[in-house]
Amino acid sequence: MFARRRKHFGTPADKATYATLHTASLATPSLREGLTPAAAGKASKHLRDLLGTAAIAICDSSGVLAWDGVGGPYESNHRRDAKAIAAVTLRTGRTAVLGPHDVACGDPQCPVRTAVVAPIVTEDHVVAVLVAYSPRSSAALVRATEEVARWVSGQVELAELNKERTRAMEAELRALRAQISPHFIYNALAAIASFVRTDPERARELLLEFADFSRYALRRGGEFTTLSDELRNVERYLVLEQARFGERLKVSLLIAPEVLSVAIPFLVVQPLVENAVRHGLDGTTGIGRITIRAQDRGLEAEISVEDDGAGSDPEVIRAALAGESAGDSVGLGNVDARLRQVYGDDYGLVVETAPEAGTKVSFRVPKYSSGVHASA
Amino acid sequence: MSPAMSLTAIGLVIAATIGIGLFGLRISRTTSDFYVASRAVTPRWNASAISGEYLSAASFLGVAGLVLVNGADMLWFSVGYTVGYLMLLVLIAAPLRRSGAYTLPDFAETRFESAVVRRICSFLVVGIGTLYLLPQLRGAGLTLRTVTGAPSSVGAAVVAVIVVINVAAGGMRSITFVQAFQYWLKLTALAAPIFVILIAWRSSEHPVGLLDSLHGAGAEWAEPLSTAGGRDHPLYATYSLLLALCFGTMGLPHVLVRFYTNPDGRAARRTTVVVLALLGAFYLFPPMYAVLGRSFAPDLIGAGADTVVLELPGRIFPGTVGDLLGALVAAGAFAAFLSTSSGLTVAIAGVIDQDLLRGRLNRVTGGDYLAVNGFRIAALLAIALPYLAFELTGRLSLADTVGLAFAVAASTFCPLLVLGIWWRRMSTVGAAAGLLVGGVAAITAVLVNVIGPPSGGWPKALFGQPAAWTMPLAFLTMIVVSRLTPQRIPAGTARSLVRLHTPEAVDVDRSFPQP
Repeated sequence: MFARRRKHFGTPADKATYATLHTASLATPSLREGLTPAAAGKASKHLRDLLGTAAIAICDSSGVLAWDGVGGPYESNHRRDAKAIAAVTLRTGRTAVLGPHDVACGDPQCPVRTAVVAPIVTEDHVVAVLVAYSPRSSAALVRATEEVARWVSGQVELAELNKERTRAMEAELRALRAQISPHFIYNALAAIASFVRTDPERARELLLEFADFSRYALRRGGEFTTLSDELRNVERYLVLEQARFGERLKVSLLIAPEVLSVAIPFLVVQPLVENAVRHGLDGTTGIGRITIRAQDRGLEAEISVEDDGAGSDPEVIRAALAGESAGDSVGLGNVDARLRQVYGDDYGLVVETAPEAGTKVSFRVPKYSSGVHASA
Repeated sequence: MSPAMSLTAIGLVIAATIGIGLFGLRISRTTSDFYVASRAVTPRWNASAISGEYLSAASFLGVAGLVLVNGADMLWFSVGYTVGYLMLLVLIAAPLRRSGAYTLPDFAETRFESAVVRRICSFLVVGIGTLYLLPQLRGAGLTLRTVTGAPSSVGAAVVAVIVVINVAAGGMRSITFVQAFQYWLKLTALAAPIFVILIAWRSSEHPVGLLDSLHGAGAEWAEPLSTAGGRDHPLYATYSLLLALCFGTMGLPHVLVRFYTNPDGRAARRTTVVVLALLGAFYLFPPMYAVLGRSFAPDLIGAGADTVVLELPGRIFPGTVGDLLGALVAAGAFAAFLSTSSGLTVAIAGVIDQDLLRGRLNRVTGGDYLAVNGFRIAALLAIALPYLAFELTGRLSLADTVGLAFAVAASTFCPLLVLGIWWRRMSTVGAAAGLLVGGVAAITAVLVNVIGPPSGGWPKALFGQPAAWTMPLAFLTMIVVSRLTPQRIPAGTARSLVRLHTPEAVDVDRSFPQP
C-alpha cells in the first residue's frame, strides 16, 4: 500500500512537473481576463513562483501593469526604471538580457541586479513584456523566461478569442430583434384595399388598426412589455386577419387575470398566433379554431396558442426551431431564440404537433427574472 | 352542536373551494372577447382575495378566544391585524409593485443584486411560513375536535392533505376568485350568527343584560392594561404586540405574492385601501363573540377559549337554529384554514422549489427533472414541516403563535423593505447583517416560547412579545453596518430607486445598465 502510493506520486522530477503545472493552472483564470492591471497583478504572483526569481514585472507600452517580488524602496526604484528596460523588447519583439549596469540601483543589498525581458506576443503583435529580475542572469533563466512568456502569450490570445466570442454573441442578440412578417403586411393591406370601395368606413377602421399595430411592432427602446399589452396587439392583428378570413376564423381566449401583468419580451405571442392562423386556415376552406391560453403556474406563467388545422411533421418543426430551414415557421425560430436568450435554455418553445392533429405551441415565462422589466 | 350538519357544511366548503379552483377559471374566462379577457383584476376583487387569504384561523377563532380570556388589551390584535395594511399602504405598496418582484427573495435580488441576501430571505420565508401555518393546522384540529370529538391531529392532517392535493394538482394556485369567495364566506359565517343572536336577544321578553358581566368581579377584564389572564407588564406587551402586527404584515410571504396581480403601483395602493375597509368590517365581530362568551359560556375561559366562536351559537340556541348557525361558523372556520394554508403553502413551495430545491434536484437527476414535479415536492415539504412542528409543540394559543410569526417578519423583512425602498445608502452587507441579527433574535424568542417560556416577570414579557426589542435591533444593525460598509452599496441603487418611486406613466429609462 505504502509502496504503491509512493509509486503513484512519481519521481522527484514528476513531482516538480506536477507543481509547475499546478502553479500554471493557478495563473490561468486571471490571464483569461486579458492583460488588465488587475488581472496581471493577480497572475504575476504565480508567474514569479514559476520562475523562482527575486521579482518580476509585466509591462506594456503604457507602463508597468504588475510588479511582484521584493517590495519597499527597491520596488519603487525599479518600478520607475521598468518602462525603459521594457522599451527595446516592446519595439523589436526580441528577448533582451540586461546587466547590472542597466538594472542595479546602487544598493548592494538589492537582489534586483539583472533582468531578462521576454516578449508577450498575440497575433504577431508584441502586446507586453515579461521582465524577470534576479541577482545574476543565466542561460537557464533566459530559456525559462521565454517559455513562460510564450505560455502567457497563449493565454492572452485565448482571452482575446473569448472577447471576440462575446462580441459575436452580442451581435447575434442585436440581430434577434422582434420581427413582423412581410406576408402579413402585404395580406393586410390587400384585405383593406378590398373594402375601400364597398365599405369605406370599415376600411378606415382597419387602416387605423393597422397603424396601431405597426406603431407597437416597430417601436424602439424597451425590449419587454406586459402580457396584457401583447394581447391587446394580438387583438389588433386578429381584427386585420378577420377582415381577410371573415367567419372562417374563430378565436377563443382563456386568460388567467393574475398573469396579465407578467413582463414578457415583446412580440412573442403575435408570431405564434400568426403561425396558428396560417396552419389552421391555409389549404382548407373550412373553419379554423384558435385557442389562446395564459395560465398561472405559481412562479411562472404558461402561454399557449393552439389551432385545429392540418398540423405538421414534428421533424419540420424541429428543423425550424434549430434554425436549419428558412421554411414558413421562421417566426417560431425567432421567438424560441429570443426566449432562450432572455430566460435561459429551460424556457424555449414547446411544440406539440402531428399531421392531421393540429398544433399547440406553448412556452413558460418566470413572473420575475432579474433584469426583465416591462417598459411602457 | 350537530356533528352531521357541521360536517356537511365543512364538506360543502371543501367541495366549493376545490370546485371553483378547478372549474371556475374555465367558466368565467373562456371568451372570444379580448376586451373581457385582457381586463386586469380590479382592486376590489383583488382586495377581497387578499383579505380572504389573510384572514386566518387566528383571526376567525383566536382573537375572540384571547379577548375572552385576557380582556380589553387583546382588542389590539384586531386593530393591529388591520393597521398592518396601513403601514404597507403608506410605506411599500406601490414601490414594491413597481419593483416587479413576485416574492420577497425576488425583491432582495433586484434591489441588492446579491445571491447571499436572496438566500437568507428564502430561509426566512420558509421559517415565517412554517410558523404561520402551525396555528392554521392547530385551528383545524380544534374545530374538528369541537364538532366531532375526534383527536386534534385528525383535523390538522385533513387540512394538510387537502391543501397538498389542491396545491399539487394545480387548483387554487393563486386564483383570485376563489380567495375572494373565501372572504365573503368568512364574513358571512362570522356575522350572521351575531345578527341572529342580537335579534333574538332584543325580541325576548326579559333580555339578559349582555354587559352585566363587565360589572363587579368582571370589571378588571374590561379595563385596559389590566393583568387579567395573568399577563405581566401589559404596557410593554401591548406596545410590542402593536409593533409586531403593524410592521409584520408587510413581511408575510402570501400577502406580497398577491400584490403582483395589480397592474401598477396605483392599483396596488387602491387595493390596499379596500383591504383596510374589508378587514375593518371583519374584525368588528370577534370581540362581540368574546363579550357574549363572557355572559353565556364562562366555562370556556381557560384552555377552551379558542373554541368560543364555535360553541357560542349552540349555547345560546339549543336546537336546530343553533345547529345551523354552528354549522355555518364551522364552515367559515374551515374556509379560513383552507385559504390561508393554501396561499401560504403555494408561497413557501415556490420559494423552496426555486431557491432551495431546483439546483439540488438538477444535480441528483442530472438535469432530467420536470419543473412541475419540483413544485409538487416543494409543496409537500412546505406543509410537512409545520405538520411535524404541530405534532411536536402544543403550548401556545392560536393568536399568540401568529403574533410570533408577525414578530419574526417585523424583525427581518420589515427593515429590509422599508430601508431598501427608502434609503439610498443601504449596503448589501448591512442588509444581510440586519436580516441575520433580527432573524436570530426573533427566532430565539420563538424557540424559547415553544420549548419552555420563562415563568413570569420581564423575561416572560420580553420573550413572549419580542418585537419591541428585536425590530429596533434589526433596524439599527442594518443602518450601522451599512454606514460602516459604504463600498458595498449596490452599484445599481440609484437606478433601482428611480424605478421603485416613479409612477409607471412617467417616461423614464428604467432599464438596468448593461454590464
